[in-house]
Amino acid sequence: MKVLVAVKRVIDYNVKVRVKPDNTGVDLANVKMAMNPFCEIAVEEAVRLKEKGVASEIVVVSIGPKASQEQIRTALALGADRGIHVETDEEVQSLEAAKLLKAVVEKEEPKLVILGKQSIDSDNNQTGQMLAALTGMGQGTFASEVVIEDDKVNVTREVDGGLMTLSLSLPAVVTTDLRLNEPRYASLPNIMKAKKKPLDAMSPADLGVDVAPRLSTLKVEAPAGRQAGVKVEDVAELVDKLKNEAKVI
Amino acid sequence: MSILVIAEHDNSSLKQATLSVVAAAKAIGGDIDVLVAGENCGAVAEAAAKAEGVAKVLVADNAAYGHFLGENLGDLVAEQGKNYSHILAAAGTTGKDFMPRVAALLDVAQVSDIIRVESEDTFVRPIYAGNAIATVKASDSIKVVTVRPTGFDPVAGEGGSASVEQLDVVKDAGLSSFVSEQKAESDRPDLASAGIVISGGRGMQNGDNFKMLEQVADLLGAGIGASRAAVDAGFVPNDMQVGQTGKIVAPQLYIAVGISGAIQHLAGMSDSKVIVAINKDEEAPIFQVADYGLVADLFEAVPQLEEELKKVL
Ligand SMILES: Cc1cc2nc3c(=O)[nH]c(=O)nc-3n(C[C@H](O)[C@H](O)[C@H](O)COP(=O)(O)OP(=O)(O)OC[C@H]3O[C@@H](n4cnc5c(N)ncnc54)[C@H](O)[C@@H]3O)c2cc1C
Ligand SMILES: Nc1ncnc2c1ncn2[C@@H]1O[C@H](COP(=O)(O)O)[C@@H](O)[C@H]1O
Repeated sequence: MKVLVAVKRVIDYNVKVRVKPDNTGVDLANVKMAMNPFCEIAVEEAVRLKEKGVASEIVVVSIGPKASQEQIRTALALGADRGIHVETDEEVQSLEAAKLLKAVVEKEEPKLVILGKQSIDSDNNQTGQMLAALTGMGQGTFASEVVIEDDKVNVTREVDGGLMTLSLSLPAVVTTDLRLNEPRYASLPNIMKAKKKPLDAMSPADLGVDVAPRLSTLKVEAPAGRQAGVKVEDVAELVDKLKNEAKVI
Repeated sequence: MSILVIAEHDNSSLKQATLSVVAAAKAIGGDIDVLVAGENCGAVAEAAAKAEGVAKVLVADNAAYGHFLGENLGDLVAEQGKNYSHILAAAGTTGKDFMPRVAALLDVAQVSDIIRVESEDTFVRPIYAGNAIATVKASDSIKVVTVRPTGFDPVAGEGGSASVEQLDVVKDAGLSSFVSEQKAESDRPDLASAGIVISGGRGMQNGDNFKMLEQVADLLGAGIGASRAAVDAGFVPNDMQVGQTGKIVAPQLYIAVGISGAIQHLAGMSDSKVIVAINKDEEAPIFQVADYGLVADLFEAVPQLEEELKKVL
């Protein structure tokens, strides 16, 4: 069974994001970039499926500037077999990303497509669901467990009220939540080996997709922010302040 | 303009989040219809008809919608919504699941998790875990939008008298089926709408120790939340996670116990009116957002808190 995994290059989650003084966006100059954490979980899940003998080939795809190849190489070092880079310097929004991924799905015909549930930059949480709709596939979003059984996949989902398990016909789309697995680190020998694994590059035009954005960002501002308040001496003072000063209890 | 709001509910009661979404729809302006899709959800439709500002309630009552499967809801909402200017739903796990399908089927962009309406096509939303606030303009003819309920004061749930219309459309994509669910049963107020929330982090050390928080929560009528670390460690279930990728809360009072205050946690609670932090590390970042900070060992402070509250409540 072939598994396709989509990985996005984003700002590293440890970086303190700063809004640009001209309010056009956030400052990405010289900041550390990395694979979106939910995509790391997606790669890990695919690798585990391969280790179990369920997946036969893992293809990893990333859409973005040239430098996105770093994230593809990381995925290859973690155990993916082959990479596809859809290269563009334009901003690609979720609907357009989904259309590009659909074109890749049509070429590759995977049985399972795994994406992160959310990019930590846009916080969109859209692409997997859009891809599923465009390809007519079922979706198991916010997955905390994925079990393949013949031509079905059982996905346990993290939902507001607890957990919910669905059965989907394959091919299907799964998006990862935090508890699905704990991603491994790439070993040095595997990082070296990954350099020799195949990586195809193509453009959105090659895939016949118009990536012009539908949403325009008018401005980006820093959040209002909170001031640190006071330190209280003890619990009695805390309760007194909550009751008589803040009046919230 | 005409706006279709998709109700969030559990087949028996309308979730308060829906009233916040109707408030967002009012801020956009225009006629507001509410779609209730579910199974045996008549009571929900009645409740929705009483919400302030709603003109019409459409009800799709069928087993195909009973578990809110994304494929079926996506097909239904895309078809019902195509003659509206806006389609809105709460940014809970149900809305996040089916709304992007709706957008894709209609070939329009989705604007996720808005906290403010600037105009009919311009919305404000947090990005980068709330480290930046973006104002975005949607150019598509239909605006598909998910709404962060804490961003909008709910409209009144009583007093309205919308008409109720049954829809006879069954969309069963046959792509997925419900197997089972594990519901976190609790008599406590829903995290998202609780007036007071007390949350525990890795500092709680284990699930048993959350009983200390429960005792305080019982006194205050509070909901109980957790950090990702506490959920990952298995202390408490996933639906208690507050943060960028968990639940967003904005209560009158938020009490963080043994939580360091990582940016991803702050993203889920920093709009709370009053924040209290109890942490033994005086350098913990949570103190930078706390109105009242107590540097103390939680295993001493939380039982004391219970005692002190008993005196004053
Ligand atoms: C993609 C991604 C998404 C994430 N999403 C979320 C999210 O939605 N929500 C979330 O919460 N996190 C999220 N995180 C994780 C986040 O980065 C932090 O790791 C997490 O919030 C830390 O939890 P914590 O504060 O409980 O643990 P820690 O950071 O380990 O802090 C524990 C705190 O407890 C204090 N403590 C210990 N013992 C005691 C004691 N006896 N008395 C008093 N204080 C004590 C310590 O001083 C410390 O400050 C996400 C991370 C990533 C990468
Ligand atoms: N540019 C991209 N390249 C590859 N995958 C992407 C891209 N954008 C989004 N995705 C995938 O879609 C998931 C959800 O993204 P989003 O809808 O932007 O929150 C990510 O975790 C990725 O798996």
